[in-house]
Formats: sequence, C-alpha cells, structure tokens
Amino acid sequence: MFSEADIVALLLTLKLAAISTLLLIVFGTPLAWWLAKSHWRFKFLIEALVALPLVLPPTVLGFYLLVAFSPQSTIGRAFESVVGQPLAFSFAGLVVGSVIYSLPFVIQPLQNAFIAVGRRPLEVAATLRASPFDRFFSVVVPLAKPGFLSAAILGFAHTLGEFGVVLMIGGNIPGETQVASIAIYEHVESMQLASAHWLSAALLLISFCLLVLVYATNPKARVMRL
Amino acid sequence: MSLELKLKLEHGDFTLDIEQRLPSQGVSAIYGPSASGKTSVLRAIAGLDKSSSGLVKFNQRVWQDGSQFVATHQRELAYVFQEPSLFEHLSVKANIEYGFKRVPLMSRAITPAYAIKALCLSGLLERDTQTLSGGERQRVAIARALCCNPALLLMDEPLSALDKGSKAEILPMLVALRDSSAIPIIYVSHALDEVARLADHLVLMEKGRVVASGDIQSMLTQLDLSLAQDVDAESLIDAVVASHDEQFELTYLDSPVGRFSVLKRPLAIGEKVRLLIAARDVSITRELQQNTSILNIFPAMIEQIESAGAAQVTVRLSANNLPVLARLTKKSSSLMNLTVGDSVYLQAKSVAIL
Repeated sequence: MFSEADIVALLLTLKLAAISTLLLIVFGTPLAWWLAKSHWRFKFLIEALVALPLVLPPTVLGFYLLVAFSPQSTIGRAFESVVGQPLAFSFAGLVVGSVIYSLPFVIQPLQNAFIAVGRRPLEVAATLRASPFDRFFSVVVPLAKPGFLSAAILGFAHTLGEFGVVLMIGGNIPGETQVASIAIYEHVESMQLASAHWLSAALLLISFCLLVLVYATNPKARVMRL
Repeated sequence: MSLELKLKLEHGDFTLDIEQRLPSQGVSAIYGPSASGKTSVLRAIAGLDKSSSGLVKFNQRVWQDGSQFVATHQRELAYVFQEPSLFEHLSVKANIEYGFKRVPLMSRAITPAYAIKALCLSGLLERDTQTLSGGERQRVAIARALCCNPALLLMDEPLSALDKGSKAEILPMLVALRDSSAIPIIYVSHALDEVARLADHLVLMEKGRVVASGDIQSMLTQLDLSLAQDVDAESLIDAVVASHDEQFELTYLDSPVGRFSVLKRPLAIGEKVRLLIAARDVSITRELQQNTSILNIFPAMIEQIESAGAAQVTVRLSANNLPVLARLTKKSSSLMNLTVGDSVYLQAKSVAIL
C-alpha cells in the first residue's frame, strides 16, 4: 500500500493545501470584496491578472517565481535575511507559489457570492446602525457562506493537484517539498506503478469528495464563472 | 425642531433640486407620481446616496453639508424599504432584534416585545423569513425599524408592493403607531388613500422639485394643485366620536363642520377619527333640503370654482372655515348660477372614516 515516504508526501500535500487555503481566504476576501464593489475604470486589469494562473502554463508561473525567489532578487534576498533560509526549494516557497496558483479559484467564487448578496441587505444593515465591519460579518459573511465554502474547497482541491509550479520552485525534497503529485511522477519514472496507483487513487478520491461537497452545498450556483 | 433639506442631484436627465423644511413631528408625506424624485429625497436623508449634494440637518444635528457627511449607521434613523428586505439568514425574531442590539442601552425605549405586539407578530417569531407572506414580511421590517428607536423614521412606499388585504391590515397599525409614538415619520407614497389617512403634512413633488407643501387638509383642497384636480379628489375633516344611535345603528361624529352621521362603527366615545369625503360625493343646494335621504347636510360658503375637465367644475367650499371640495357638472353650476361668496348647503352622500 502506502510507503512511509508516500504518507509523508500525502500529509505534506494536505498541509500545503490547508495553509494555502487559509491564506487565500484571509487575503482573498478583501480583494474579492474590492473586485465585487469597485467601480474603478481599470478594474478589469486586476481581474485579468487574478485569472492569469487559469491559463498560464504552470511552468511559466513556476519559472518567474523561481527567478523572484533566487537569492539575487530583492524578494529572495529579503526573505533570506529575515527567515535565514532561501525561499526557493522550501516549503514556504511552495506556499507562496500555491497561493498565487490557486488565487482565481478562491477569488472568483467569493467575488460572485459578494455580487449575489447585492446592495440592499447592506443598506438595510446600515440603516439599522451596523458599521461597515459589522455589516460585513453580520450580513455579508452569512449570506455568502456557500461562496466561502466553494472558495475554500476549490482552493484546497486545486492546491492538491498542483504539479508544474512545485516542480519548478520546490524540487523533490521529501518532507519539505515532495508533494503527492511529485511523488506519483517519481514512482512512474522509476516504474513503481503499484505505488503510483495507490497515491493517484488517494488524490482522486479526495478531490472527488471535495467537489461533491462543493456541488452539494451549491446546487444552484455555478461554481466557476470564467 | 425640524428636518432641513437642501438637495441637488443629477442622474442622467433627471435632476433633483429641493429646498424644504419638514416638521419633526407627526407624519410628513412626500407625495407625487413615480420618478418624481421622492425616493431620492429619502435616500439622501438616510445618507444612502452620496451623490446628492447639499444640506441635511435634523434637529440641530448636521447629517450632511459641504464639509461633512455622517455615515448612515451613525444617523439616528430607521428606514423601511418598499420591498421588506429581511435578512434571509436570520429568523423573524433575530431580524427584529438586529437594530435593537446595536442601539445604546440608554435609548432602548421601544423593545422588540412592544414592536411585536404593535405589529401582531407574536405568532411568526420562530418562522423562517422565506415562508412569510408579503404583508407579514413588511410588518417584520417595520417592527425591525421601530426597534432601532429612531429619532426619525423613513418609509419608502411600504405598502405599495402589497395586496389590498395586507394593505388594509397594516395601514391601521401605522395609524396607531403615529398616534402612540412620538417618532416623526417621513412617508413616501404615490397612493392618495394612504397619505390622506396617515399624513399631517404633505410635500407634493413633481419632476424632482417640490410643487407645494403644507398641512394635509389645505393641500388636498387647493384647487391649483393636482390633488384637487384628481378624479378622486377628496377633503379631510378631523372629528371626534360623539355618540352611538342604537335604534338606527348609527354613529355620530362631531367636527367643526357639524355633526356627521355614519353607519355604526365599533368606536369609543371621544375617539379621534379622520373623515374623508370624496368631492364627487358632495352636492350643493341653495336651500336646506327637508325631504332628502341625505343625513349629512351643512351650511357652507363658496370660496372658489375651477373647471375640472370638459364637463365638470370643482367647487371649494368653506364650512365653518374648513375646506370641503364638491365636484359638480358645469351644467348644474350654470343652472344654479353658483358664484364665489354664495351661501349654500353641502350634502355629503357618503363619508369614509379613517
């Protein structure tokens, strides 16, 4: 069945997905809110930028991240001077990559959910003495709950399936950057097909269950609108 | 104590430009055809529309002027929207308590319990808002607004989206609310019956401007205004229940015009009511008629006569200094040779009690 290394890879994958999803919800919510509410003339530029990971080859994204993470770049140097280790080929680097890679999968359901809430409930809450923050947490969050659920599940599931970006910026360090998808690739390369089967089946099952959850909680909503 | 408004707003080819002072007591109705800017005024008062410039000042508190804009949630008001707009994620009870919880303890005079009773909601509290009828929803929305303990209550056509039955059910509740609470209400409507029943003060709007404003009785009977020119033009008279006639099943009501007789109603002696008399139900005679089936006959003087369409005139009568409208045919007016200043008798064929 699963070797110890496979279990480590699976757990690392789940950890990466969980941390990335958390960060995506925390930072994606304000961005999605702004995208849903702003009337800025050039908003479409930001929307296109957010959607870019949907169409960009992961290797391209990975390549640019690798360049950014290198100790010669400002970002790479800054991270290394603060944390004491390089960003490239580290778990932290994978988290950064995953957050960017899965961004549209979190932003779009949130943005759609915020648009669907509409202006009226917020106006009503304002006339009932609720401050902007209060309105967001007492009205928008509960009304957009299915959107939050979709965003979290899709962000999580998409991070599970990440391969190209990880290959470029993470390499294949067991326990640090060797996620399940990379481990499967390794198994196939080395003709360990049984192991590849087990790990693939695990990812397939997890992803399917997650998507079932999305569609079950959002029977009417279109999960992705592109 | 008043609400002072100076508002300017442009939306495409619609321009709102008003300068108005509203009394901060009783019900002030903003009345006019649709797209006359009534809702824009209400939204500006509430601070929901930041694109309007000008002044909003309520009882010495400046809510908006050139230099400041107080956010909606910091204005001591409540707003009832045309659509009930209940929070779908909250129960009826939680909806009613939403604003109440956000009001300082000091100003929680109106409690959910009071509002629930006033709007007859006790049976609905645990219900899901989705299962309520339109009328029930609007009652919850009104209770929710009341529990905010507002210093000013804004209502934007709260009954216009409802069926006749719900409307007839809620209107008396609003009347009771007006009489029992000291909260000034600004009531936007294009339904004359609601306005006549509720309002003390009326602002007539057309195309983004105020055409006229004043107390409801005189506004209804000014012949140069659209209200008196309407087919359903009517006059309003305040009256007090004097006595009931058990033999003929009638109720007698005293007013400055005289004593009215109406079909018996379950009203307490001394209760204040509003009487509404449609102009088309009023006829005029030169002499006091003895053999007539009409009971409500009062002396009056002709104040003004205006043409109303091709075949009719509207006559403004003064009955003990109260204005009453009569709609007659031009032929009758001519045959009787009615002229301003004549002493006549008005006969009211039917009187509605509000």
